[in-house]
Amino acid sequence: MQNYFTPDIETASRDYLTAIQSARLIKMVENCYKHVPFYKQKFDEIGLLPGDIKSIADITKLPFTIKQDLRDNYPFGLFAVPKEKLVRVHASSGTTGKQTVVGYTKHDISIWSESAARALAAAGATQGDYIHISYGYGLFTGGLGLHYAAEKLGATAIPVSSGNTNRQMQILQDFGSDIICCTPSYAMYIGESLKAAGIDSAKLPLRAGIFGAEAWSENMRKEIEKSLNIKAYDIYGLSEIAGPGVAFECSEQKGMHINEDYFYPEIIDPDTLEVLPDGVFGELVFTCIGKEALPLVRYRTHDISALTHEKCGCGRTLVKMLKPKGRCDDMLIIRGVNVFPSQIEHVILSLGMEPNYQIVVDRKNNLDVMTVKIEMSDALFSDSVRVIEEQEKRIKDAMHATLGISAIIKLVEPRSLPRSEGKAVRVIDNRHI
Amino acid sequence: MAIKQISVFVENKPGRLADITGFLADGGISIRAFSIADTTDFGILRLIVSDTDKAAKVLKDHGVAVSITEVVGISIPDVTGAFAKVVKLLSDAGENVEYAYAFLTPEEGHAYVIFRVDNNEKACKHLKENGIDVIEENSLL
Repeated sequence: MQNYFTPDIETASRDYLTAIQSARLIKMVENCYKHVPFYKQKFDEIGLLPGDIKSIADITKLPFTIKQDLRDNYPFGLFAVPKEKLVRVHASSGTTGKQTVVGYTKHDISIWSESAARALAAAGATQGDYIHISYGYGLFTGGLGLHYAAEKLGATAIPVSSGNTNRQMQILQDFGSDIICCTPSYAMYIGESLKAAGIDSAKLPLRAGIFGAEAWSENMRKEIEKSLNIKAYDIYGLSEIAGPGVAFECSEQKGMHINEDYFYPEIIDPDTLEVLPDGVFGELVFTCIGKEALPLVRYRTHDISALTHEKCGCGRTLVKMLKPKGRCDDMLIIRGVNVFPSQIEHVILSLGMEPNYQIVVDRKNNLDVMTVKIEMSDALFSDSVRVIEEQEKRIKDAMHATLGISAIIKLVEPRSLPRSEGKAVRVIDNRHI
Repeated sequence: MAIKQISVFVENKPGRLADITGFLADGGISIRAFSIADTTDFGILRLIVSDTDKAAKVLKDHGVAVSITEVVGISIPDVTGAFAKVVKLLSDAGENVEYAYAFLTPEEGHAYVIFRVDNNEKACKHLKENGIDVIEENSLL
């Protein structure tokens, strides 16, 4: 038993997959042309008509979509369906306070849930299992994404959400959670907390975990597997494409199978935009061939990965993507939340301060900690400690309001942050993942 | 009546205080009194110096963040209860003491105390009316 949720797709022949992809791409391009003015204009600019797309091989004729396009059409400008057909929206943090908003029809929720259910099944989850979901619930796609997947699978979702580690530990023990879903850094933290509380993880029913929304290493996998006494699986996703479950790891733990019947992947050279062959690292691009509400065409993820169509030991024929090596933009992922340095700069400028800052990211006790160093200025300085601490708090609150996560604010002396000839060194990431 | 004080932002890192006081020494500026307020990450060095404006210029030229504030100075006899009496007077006048520091004077048997309060004028008036010796800036120089 290889734990397939939809065996006819997961083990389909290449010809069958190509046929599905071609049919869905043709339909999607028509939908975009008819219902999304942004795409009609883009197609018109290059003289492309929906009829020019005859198979999935024609995908390279289509223009790319970038995150800025979503911001420019904030909030709902790229939706291809009337609001009566929407059943849900999610959002992720954006730069200048504007979020990236995504929408789903009933069908979209169904295919996303199915995609993530394949991930749960691949990790060994079945009906009768308790799925402990410690991703945050809310505008972030993590919590609800895995929640609907658990229900789709017929398992039992425990919507614990993130935080309150004591409660997490109590539920793990008392409810007997079988599978846990959270960020890998939080899994490490739960493992340590169990140990500190004198709870033997080997005595818990927990047998697998699905971890994503941030970068993690093979070493972290080993540590999580040891401390929680489970098998740890990687999951990939982004809200623009759907959410967690765009790709998932199987028992081989060598790359993530992409649900390519719904999300068609390409790897491109980020500079020339040429499509790259299997095995070559480049920017990962997805086309939402299965979605109705937000059918993004060749969306550039900025994640650096490679594809492989090699036969997988698990029997799945779905193409695999290798663990992303990093990003080709300056986005940081802090505790699962996307943070752009430009957002931090925006907050600093909006408070009337000079944009002399530096972002330092560390991992302390397996949790990401972000410190924003800001140079003290005459305008900010006071002879009173109380006044300066109030300033720090004001900055901290504004950061939290914009980023959705907390940052440590550290005021440093004027001119003490490094300036280089060209671009200032804005980010120091000490996490060494 | 009020005395000019210069405050300096000092990051908590080795050698920084030495640098800052060195800049003042090189500028020919004499320190008459000082105090340091510290937090985990930074400190505020508060100084009364021979030439406040020059000190501010010297420090700013070295990229140091400074601010100039007016504070109240008094001279009290070095006897038990003298300080308590002054604090009580300020408290009665509704003045909040943000911080204070003291140092000995060349005048035998007396100490100088510097106060940072909400309203200098009101505080000085109240202290004087109650027989406290409020000092002028030039008596410190």
